[in-house]
Formats: sequence, structure tokens, C-alpha cells
Amino acid sequence: MSISQPFRLVGGGRIDRRRRVDFRFNGLRFEGYRGDTLASALLANGVRTVGRSIKYHRPRGFVGSGAEEPNGIFTVRHTGVEGSTIPHAPGTVVELVEGLEAHAVNGWPSLRFDFAGGLQWLGGMLSAGFYYKTFMWPRAAWHWYEWAIRRMAGNGRAPDGPDPDRYDKRNAFCDVLVVGGGPAGLAASLAAARAGARVILADDQPELGGSLLGARRQLGGKPAFAWVANCAAALADEPEVTVLSRTTAFGFYDHGFVAALERCTDHLPPPRRRGPRERVWRIRARRVVLAAGATERPLVFENNDRPGIMLAGAAAAYVNRYGVAPGRRAVVFTNNDSAWRAALDLVEAKIEVAAIVDVRPEPGGALAARAEAAGIPVLAGHAVVDTQGRNALRRVRAARLDGSGARNLDCDLLAVSGGWNPNLHLHAQSGGRPRFDETRGCFLPGPPVQAETGAGACRGTFRLDACVREGAQAGREAALAAGFRDVGVISAPSTDEEGTTDPDPAWAVHSRRPRPRRAFVDFQNDATAADLALAVREGFESIEHIKRYTLLGFGTDQGKTGNVNGMALAAGALGRSPAQVGTTTFRPPYTPVTFGAAAGLATGELHDPLRVTPMHEWHEAQGAVFEPVGQWLRPWYFPKPGEEMRAAVARECLAAREGVGLFDASTLGKIDLQGPDAAVFLDRIYTNDWSSLAIGRCRYGLMLGEDGMVMDDGVTARLGEHHYLMTTTTGGAAHVLGWLERWRQTEWPELRVRFTSVTDQWATIGVAGPRSRDLVASLCEEIDLGPESFRFMEFREGVFAGVPCRIFRISFTGELSFEINVPADYGRYAWDRIVERTEEFSITPYGTETMHVLRAEKGFIVVGQETDGSVTPVDLGMEWILSKKKDFIGRRSLARSDCRRPDRRRLVGLAAADPNEVLPEGAQLVDEPFTFLPVPMVGYVTSSYWSPNLGRSIALALVAGGRDRSRVFAALEDGRFVPVDVVSPVFLDPRGERQRG
Amino acid sequence: MKRYSVFALARNALRFGPGWPALWRSPDPKASYDAVIVGGGGHGLATACYLASEHGITNVAVLEKGWIGGGNTGRNTTIVRSNYLWDDAAALYEKSLQLFEGLSQALNFNVMFSQRGVFNLGHSVHEMRDIARRVNANRLNGIDGRLVGADELARLLPILNVSARGRYPVLGASFQPRGGVARHDAVAWGLARAADARGVDIIQNCEVTGIRRERGRVAGVETTRGYIRARKVGLVAAGHSSVLASMADVRLPIESHPLQALVSEPMKPVLDTVVMSNAVHAYISQSDKGELVVGAGIDSWNGYGQRGSFGTVEGALAAIVEMFPIFSRVRMLRHWAGIVDTTPDACPIIGETPVRGLFVNCGWGTGGFKATPGSGWVLAHTMATGEPHPLNAPFALNRFVTGRLVDEHGAAGVAH
Repeated sequence: MSISQPFRLVGGGRIDRRRRVDFRFNGLRFEGYRGDTLASALLANGVRTVGRSIKYHRPRGFVGSGAEEPNGIFTVRHTGVEGSTIPHAPGTVVELVEGLEAHAVNGWPSLRFDFAGGLQWLGGMLSAGFYYKTFMWPRAAWHWYEWAIRRMAGNGRAPDGPDPDRYDKRNAFCDVLVVGGGPAGLAASLAAARAGARVILADDQPELGGSLLGARRQLGGKPAFAWVANCAAALADEPEVTVLSRTTAFGFYDHGFVAALERCTDHLPPPRRRGPRERVWRIRARRVVLAAGATERPLVFENNDRPGIMLAGAAAAYVNRYGVAPGRRAVVFTNNDSAWRAALDLVEAKIEVAAIVDVRPEPGGALAARAEAAGIPVLAGHAVVDTQGRNALRRVRAARLDGSGARNLDCDLLAVSGGWNPNLHLHAQSGGRPRFDETRGCFLPGPPVQAETGAGACRGTFRLDACVREGAQAGREAALAAGFRDVGVISAPSTDEEGTTDPDPAWAVHSRRPRPRRAFVDFQNDATAADLALAVREGFESIEHIKRYTLLGFGTDQGKTGNVNGMALAAGALGRSPAQVGTTTFRPPYTPVTFGAAAGLATGELHDPLRVTPMHEWHEAQGAVFEPVGQWLRPWYFPKPGEEMRAAVARECLAAREGVGLFDASTLGKIDLQGPDAAVFLDRIYTNDWSSLAIGRCRYGLMLGEDGMVMDDGVTARLGEHHYLMTTTTGGAAHVLGWLERWRQTEWPELRVRFTSVTDQWATIGVAGPRSRDLVASLCEEIDLGPESFRFMEFREGVFAGVPCRIFRISFTGELSFEINVPADYGRYAWDRIVERTEEFSITPYGTETMHVLRAEKGFIVVGQETDGSVTPVDLGMEWILSKKKDFIGRRSLARSDCRRPDRRRLVGLAAADPNEVLPEGAQLVDEPFTFLPVPMVGYVTSSYWSPNLGRSIALALVAGGRDRSRVFAALEDGRFVPVDVVSPVFLDPRGERQRG
Repeated sequence: MKRYSVFALARNALRFGPGWPALWRSPDPKASYDAVIVGGGGHGLATACYLASEHGITNVAVLEKGWIGGGNTGRNTTIVRSNYLWDDAAALYEKSLQLFEGLSQALNFNVMFSQRGVFNLGHSVHEMRDIARRVNANRLNGIDGRLVGADELARLLPILNVSARGRYPVLGASFQPRGGVARHDAVAWGLARAADARGVDIIQNCEVTGIRRERGRVAGVETTRGYIRARKVGLVAAGHSSVLASMADVRLPIESHPLQALVSEPMKPVLDTVVMSNAVHAYISQSDKGELVVGAGIDSWNGYGQRGSFGTVEGALAAIVEMFPIFSRVRMLRHWAGIVDTTPDACPIIGETPVRGLFVNCGWGTGGFKATPGSGWVLAHTMATGEPHPLNAPFALNRFVTGRLVDEHGAAGVAH
């Protein structure tokens, strides 16, 4: 044994002894080998106390050797890698790499001397749910109680910086997904692959083999690992097989969808890491074979939580897989045969086994002879009733089940086995309902709900050769069910192993103390058998209640070791069987999933698609300030060097009414409607009449929800007999398309009309202002732009600056204006041709802010600003747009009494008494200043701007009763009440002469 | 009812003996009650509790299909706030918040109401305008709240990503200091214990399978444990309101959707408040146990299966990582779903149905937990007096006939 690793065995294990790995634990330097986990390396160095429990701060050591570990939780990071903190990692699954730094998550000032350790002597007061019964006085003090409680609770520490890594996702499809690369999973994968199926094998370990990695077993007369190696090689040769190692299938969702997390780089030294840290596989599988194995459960007895007490299978795994002695002198305490094999493995590794304590009167089956041959004393019909040892186990006390014949056994390792729980998580997540099997003393999968089969230990088959046979059969059947050929019965190697006898559940071991308080069921949350009994006594009957009250299974291990014991103990206290009590719900994920991995690439700029127009680069070059609108980025305003926003907007506003304003309107939603029933469809969707619209003309339309409230608006043009082009608001385009499809598909499938989004196919250039006609004419010779030949609300197709175009004579500014649509790829070209004429026509580009001012001067609404889902067309003063001749969505709702109330809030204009006061948008309006709370509100400011064209502030508002009121007060956040006059919402050119000119 | 206190805990710890009594009895249902509440969640238990304590009606049964508090009461993200836009909604939620402020003492059960404040983030000029409007309305309604700019947010929440480079940069927020979180199970258990102490029968594993009517008024309910007569029946079963109401031929304007939530592994304190974002569809707080509690947007498909799709979880976590980059390496421990009943205006329906004596309290959508005591308070009043309380009068079923909707989609916190 090396000096630095005093508990490292001389030989054996699947570690690479030539590769030493330095790491740190709580600041101290240690050494392990490549192939170790943090747990095996710490045990090799004799570190047994690795944490303090969350409630009583009792010293704790490793219980397991895998994902089931409840105690050995660490905050880990890598020396020299900023932001590499993982708050909460079980040491049993952290692969050892150079530079790993691990910190215990509790224990102050140190693990050995933890001040809070005194809490365990208050155990009686801190029983389950004690916090519901106190901390209530005085009322205001909860704040401080909570402050203290929060500091005591929690385990790891959050990272203190952004994540240096990135994450990835893959969507995958397969015929057969096999979960678990142990004996059953390997056999299943091979059988399915041989039938020709596309197979994905997801296994959470670094190498295939599953339970065989930690056990010394024989298959077909040879070490089982030879068989594993053959299987792995055969799978590697199959072209249709994907083997995903270090990949945990963590969630089984509907329709054969299984999510899995692949850990790609954490096992590599930082300099060798390339690519994403983790990858979420989103797998859609025709058939799923669950070969997820089983998890050993502990036994519940007084002081069963001392460091040095671990699962028998874990003890064997440390010996066999990692070449580590988990102790020097062991006692094995069991109710089933599997731990006998562990005892023999310990002896084989020259670890003294002081006794096998078995609750069964005649235990061991065929293994008994081997134990006897190995010279292991056996205490049949006995149990371990208590343990001793301050910071780690020193001695156990065993007695007959009736309490007689007690004796002490010195040991530093107690290997415990209470039987095995099939890993039912994925089965249950897929909709299956586990059932309790009295004979095997565990829950087994119920009938499958999805296309899923279990194989091996995860369906309660614990004999090795039976697992292989069952796996092969499951793989064969899965492939067959997925439509592949039948490969027939696959011969499986036999084992020389002795038959296993069923366990005697022995849920609770009687204690010699009258009120045992330290028989732990859930180690991580310090839930004891006494807590479970208390919960039942306090009237909790449902296992879900008991779970929530005692926190059984609420830890990061999700109760993988403790839950079934807890359920059985609760059942005992309730006088019921475990079958009647049942399990709590198995929630995904099986093991914790990194937030960043679930987010994948959808962070930062990729969080949501960013959409920009074909002219975007020009806007950027001009120094535009941008505003996000839905997914789009739109120019907000175009400041000249040194120009403030208000000055820039004022300049743009004036220019658009005097020369030519140039506006990028490409973001407006555009939907192409075609079909003989397009007009009928539009008649139903919009409030006004569409059948009468002539080809070549446009019309403004309002869309209402079924509740009669304004939902979207826009101009739609009739391009042909059965062909329309609809425009929507920028933010509403996707919703409107969904809305159209919903009505057509679910309500009016008889209508022959189809919709296509063409938003991205067309660039739209708006030109507004008195000289806009001249500008367009200079670039578009073949269309007669004369006021009489191309009238307001018409459209023409033609050629603009040499490229095909559709020109709409419509206006959102109140000016003479044209919207020139060209195919998106020509957008920048057409835009540049206009910009070239800047001097000639005094062109000024303007952004969305100016657009808002110009439309507000005209009293034009913006959906989502003047409307909020509670505004009808009548409220907006748009009765004229409601057809009386036909039905449309929302019409019936408009007839409801509340929609006809005279005091509804209506759109008005506001003029502050002080023309320089620009009201804040969102300000509430009241009738009287200086009243007591609550102040009745009569409306609110929807839009508010400085209008350079009018030389004063203007605002739009929704006010109860509309213009029945002449004066209201705006209640500002600073406490002022500003008097404002209620006026017409149309501030400029009320007769619309400019836009028709 | 044995009173809880730190002294009682100490006495119990030192004494040998039977110790604490049951929080509530488990009686068999009687043949008849003055009032039956269908649904043993927080709202139903609060209704029963206030029927007994405020109106002296103690011959009451709460019928629960499974275990009390097992529906949305035990599945939500426990946020309590009252910063709603419209007067009617704000008044109702504010009443509930005020009841929450004294709930632990009133119930003698610590519901751990933690007034750590709630931020609602704004990510665009448009959203900030809506937030300003809501905060202004809150102030005039006497509800605490203020606007917080991006600079102040960066100071108050240094771990929040307010950089302008984000896809949806944070421009500001509304802040309600009196908002916070509570321990959801404790609310259900504390209400159940208090109701039981006043004589209310809490009957679990008792599913209602039919509603009997006689001459246009309710006569009783058929259950898996027999027929129970009652002149007044309150349906308070979020997620299945429309199913229950249809047993009495009452059609509710409700769509049921899965709503998902998740928790992380528990960590030492890192987030001392509640942060919600409508634009990116996620909200987050840290439980006293140390877990980050994250809520997602609703799954868009209708359904009654209490499980959602993983895609929604992925979306919520992307939003959380976007808002809090330091949480990228934190790990999700558990995710689950509840079924929420959504109405067309994102406001609840509380009141009598066209069937005399049959009351509904439903349609709380994604935000029912915060209303638990207030909802029980007004339904108890309505059932006891036959007239709606002024606070729930605006939320009658007939508003969908008159059109007097209270559209709270903006303030509801989760996009429907």
C-alpha cells in the first residue's frame, strides 16, 4: 500500500495506477488515480467523514458508490478555472481529475468540530415539522428567524461567476432505446442491433458493464468482464448502434420521448476539454428497453449513520472497481444473500470480516458454505441494534431479534444490505404504476403504459444469468415490435452462481432504547424512523403527506436509498402493507440536470431569434439607436452626432411633414391569403366588409377576439380575384397567423383558403411627406402616380428602381405616403436608390419613435398601446368599422350589456394645461386631486409625446365616458396632480387632406 | 386543539408519552351537512375554516379526492403579492395578502410567510409602460409598490443580468416589498387543523362522482364513500372545476392546462427576493430550504395529466440562465406540473351558479396560491349569506354574459 493512499489495495480495480491525480479536499492535498471517483480517492486516503448532515450536523461518510449517494455531497471546482463551481456534486459520481478542489457542504469551523453538531442533542425538539409549531412570536420576528434558518439550511454554494462552459443539444431518433449498459442492457442492445434496428444505448458510467463493474462475477465460466468486453466490441461493430457513455437517461415523457444528459468534458483535465461541457439528448424512440438496474437499500437501526457504515454493494464496489479498502475490519449486516457475496469479496481483498449478522434464522443459502470456508463468523437471527464511534464507526452492537444475546463487535466498516430496489423512475415517469411484491420485498414495475419493457434488476430479476437472458429477450422483442425481423432466442451464458434466496424485509430493527431518535431513514434530510412515526401520529396518512412533513426523499438523492424503507415504516405505523401505502410520485429528472444544459444554446444572443430587416446594416452605419419590438430590432431614432433623442425625434418629425421621411416598415407582419373563399374568410375575421373590395384596392381592418376586444389591425390589399395580402402589427404577426389557422382548421374547415407568412420575403420602405410622390416617380416610371390615377388606399404592381415592386398608397403618418414593397433581397438595393436622392428630395430617415409621434398627432392607435385586451372598437371611436350586414368574430360579444355602458373608457386626446409638460405614459387619470386612498381612477395615459409639428405636448388616453369629461388630472409618480384637458384624439389635419393629396 | 409554541415543543421533547395529537381527525362522512366543500386544497380548506370561524357554520365537510393540499396548493411556486392592475382584482388579492400577514398567528401554525418583496421585470419600452401603469394604479389603490430602474436593480440584485447585451435586456421592474413567499403545505395543513378544531370534517380519499339537484337547487353530492346531502355545495377543485361543474350541467368558460415548476438542489442563501419576468416566461425565488424554485409558462395544450412537456422546462431554464448567469451550473432536482383552470380574462370565477346553492370558486389560472385565504374569505361569505362579498361581486360567472371582464393577463405573471 502506498503511504499517501493508506487504504489503497495492492492490486485490482479498474483504475490506472500509472496515472496519479492530485486533488484537494477542504484545502488539503490528496492523491488518487485516474479512474477513481472523488469518493474512492478520499476513501483510499482514509478520509471517512466527508460531510455533516443538514439538520443535526452529525458526521457522515459515504453510504453508496453511485448516484444514490445521500451523504457525500461536495461543492467542487477546478483550480484555475474561473466560474467552474458545481454547487452540489455527489462525490461518488465525480470522476477524479487533476486540479479538482472539493469542499464539504456543511461543518463549521471544520468537519471534525462542528459547532452546530450540538443540535443533535436538541433532537427531541427538532422532530419532523417542528418549524411549523414555533417561530411565530412575535409576529414581526419571522424575518429574523428565517434569516437564521436559511443560513443553516441549504447545502452547496452557488457559483459566484458566469459559467465558462457551453452546452449543447441533440435531437435523436431510434428504433430501440436501451437505458443502462449493465448485463441486461448489453444483451438487449445486441439482440436489437442484430435484428437491424437503430439502437441507442445510454449508460451513465464511463465504461459499460453496469453492476459488473463493482462485482467479481462469472459468466460462462469466465470473469464476467470478458463477456462485457465482447459485448462492447460487438456493439462497436454494429453500424446502427450509438453507445452513449456518461449519459443518464433522466426523464421519460409522453410519446416515447426520453431526455438524457451526456457529460462530455468534466472527466477531462481542464486543458484537454473541448466542445460543450454537457449535452442534452432529446430522444424519440419507437421502443424503450429499461435496464436501469437496482439500488441497494440500507437497514434502519439506531445510529445507522456513522461514517464507516455503507451499503454492502458499495463496499464491494470500492474493493473491486477502485481497489480501495473501505475499512480494515468489517461487519456485514444483511437480510439477504447479496451482502454475503460482498463479504466474500472483502475477505478476498484481505479485509477482515468480523461477522456476518443476518436477520434470517437460516441465512446464506449456498453462500453459507463459502462463508464458512472463508472463516467468517455468522450471527444468524441477529441484528445490529446500535453503533458507536464519535467521528467514525468503532464498534457495533449485535443482538438477537428479541434483544437477547447482545454483544459488541469492533469494526471500522459496517456493510449493510436491506435488499434491492429496482430503479423504477423511468417506468413510473412514463405513466407506469409500481406495485409492491411481498416475496421479493420491493416495488416492481406495473404494466407498461408506453412502448416500454423492463429487463434485469429494474424489474426485480436479480440473478445474473437471468438478467442477461431477460435483456436479450427484451431486445429481441423490442426490435420485433419496431418492425424488424425476429432473431430468435439468443443463447445467453450461464453463471456458476448459487441460487439467491429472497430477503426478509426487516424494515425496522428493534432498538434497545425506549425512544430511538437516531435511526435514520433519509440520511440527507435527517428523517428518522421516529419522525415517520410522529407524522403518522399527527394524522398524516397519505405517503405524499408523510414525505412532505418529514422531508423523506426530498433530498438531492431523491430518496434513492431511503424512500422504500420510509414507505414501509410508514405503512407499519399505519397498520397497512407497503402495497396499500404505495410510493410517492417519481418525478424527473432521475439525477439532477444542469440548468445550463437544459437551456442549451438558448442563452445570450441566441436566447430568442433576433430578426433584422434587409436594411439593418444601413441603419447601423447611420448610428441608429435600436428598439426591440417582438423578436425584431427596429431603428428607434437616427441621432446626428451629439444629438439627444428628443432633438433627433423632433428633427425627424418635422422632416416627414415637410420633405420626405424615409421609414423601414419591413417588420410589419405580412400574410398571403389565397383561395376562392378568401373573401368570405376575411369577412369573418375582420369587422368590416371585404367581399366588396375591388382588386387593386386596400382596406384597413380590425380583428377582434371572441370577447369583442381589439386584437390586431392592419391594411389588407386585394391582389387578385382570390388573392389577398394582409399586414399585421410587428409583434402580432405570429399570433395572427396562428389565429387564422386555428379558425380555418378547427371551425371552418370547409373554407378553401390558405395562408403563408411572407413577412421575411418582402422589404417594405415607407416614404412620407409632401414630396414623396415626386421621389417615387423619379424611380418608378411605368406607374402613373398621379393623384387621380393612383388614389389613396390603392396598390400597384410594377418596377421600382429596376426591381419588381408592389406599391401601396396608404398612410400611418397622415401625410401623403407610399409603402414600397420589393423582394427582400432587393430591399437594401432599393433603399440605397432612394437614399441617393437625399439631397434632391430632402430625405430624412426616421425611426419608430417618430412614427409613433406622427401617428399620435393623427390620433391613429397602436394595438397593444391604445388597447390592452379590454378595449372595443367603439371605445376607440371606430364604430364605422363594424359591419352591420354580416357576422364576424367578436360581434356577439359587442352586444353584451357591459360593452354598451356609456361610461366605458374611450379614446381621447389629452392636452396638458402646461403645453411643455409631457405626461408620463402609464400615468393614471383622476377626477379630483388630493383625495384619500384609494383614489378612484377614471383612465390612463396610453401614449404621450412632444409634438414638434404642434409645438406642444400631446397625449392619447382612455378615459371613462370619453369626452363627457373636459378636464382630468394626471397622478404622477412624484405625487403631483397635473391638470389636463380632454380633447379630440386627432390633433392634426382632422379632415385627412394631407394623406389624400 | 393543542396549542403550538416553542414551550410546547420543549415540554414534548422532554416528556415520554403519546406526544402531539393529530392535526385533524379522519372522520367518516355523515349523511348530511349544512355545507359541503368539494376540494381539499388551500382554497377549499380556507372556505371551510372561515365558514366556521366567521359565520358560525360548523356542520361542514371538505371532500378531497386524494390527500389535502395535493393539487395546485402543493405544486405552486408559493408567490404571494397583490400588485394587480384593475381595482377589482387588486382589492381581492390585497385582502388575501393582508390575511396572509396574520395567518400564522390566526392558525397557530407557522406558514412561514416571508415578505421578501417581488420584482416584476420589464424588458422593453412597451413592457415598462405597462409596468408604470400598473404601479401607478397600485399606488392610487393604496397598495405598496414602486418602479425600479435598471441601475437600482443592479444594486439590489447584483446577480441579475442587466447588461444591455442580453437578448431581452432588463430595463426596470416593479417592486412590491410586501409580496413574498409562503410555505404552501403549511398553509393547507394549518387551515385544515384550524377548520377541524372548529368541527369541520375533513374527508380524504372521497371523490365526488355526481351532483344531485332537486327543483333547480342542489341537494347533495354522490361520492365514492356514499351520498352526502347538503343544501350548499362549493366546488373548489382547481384543475377539475369544469369537470365537476358539468356534473350539474353548468358550463364554465374554462380551459385547463398543465403548468410546470421545478426546484434546484438546495444551496446556501443566494437570492433573497422573488423575481418574475413575463417576457421570458419564468419566475424564481429561493426556498427557506435553499432550493431555487422556478416557475414556467403554461404548456399550450389543454389536458388533465399532471405532467408537462420537457420543452417548457427547457424554455424556463433558458430564461433563468439568461436572467441569472451564475445559475447556469446549478442543477435541477425535480420538475412537476399542476393543472390550472384559465378563464378568458385571467381572473377567477367566484359565486353562485345557475343551480341554486351550488357555488364555484375557480379559474385562478396560474396565480391561485396567493389568493388562498382571501378566496376562502369571500366564498365563505357568499355561501353563508347567499350574497357575494363586495370583493368577489365583480367576479361572478355572469360577467361573461354581460362582458364586464377584468382583464389581468398583463399582471397575471404568466402568459396564458
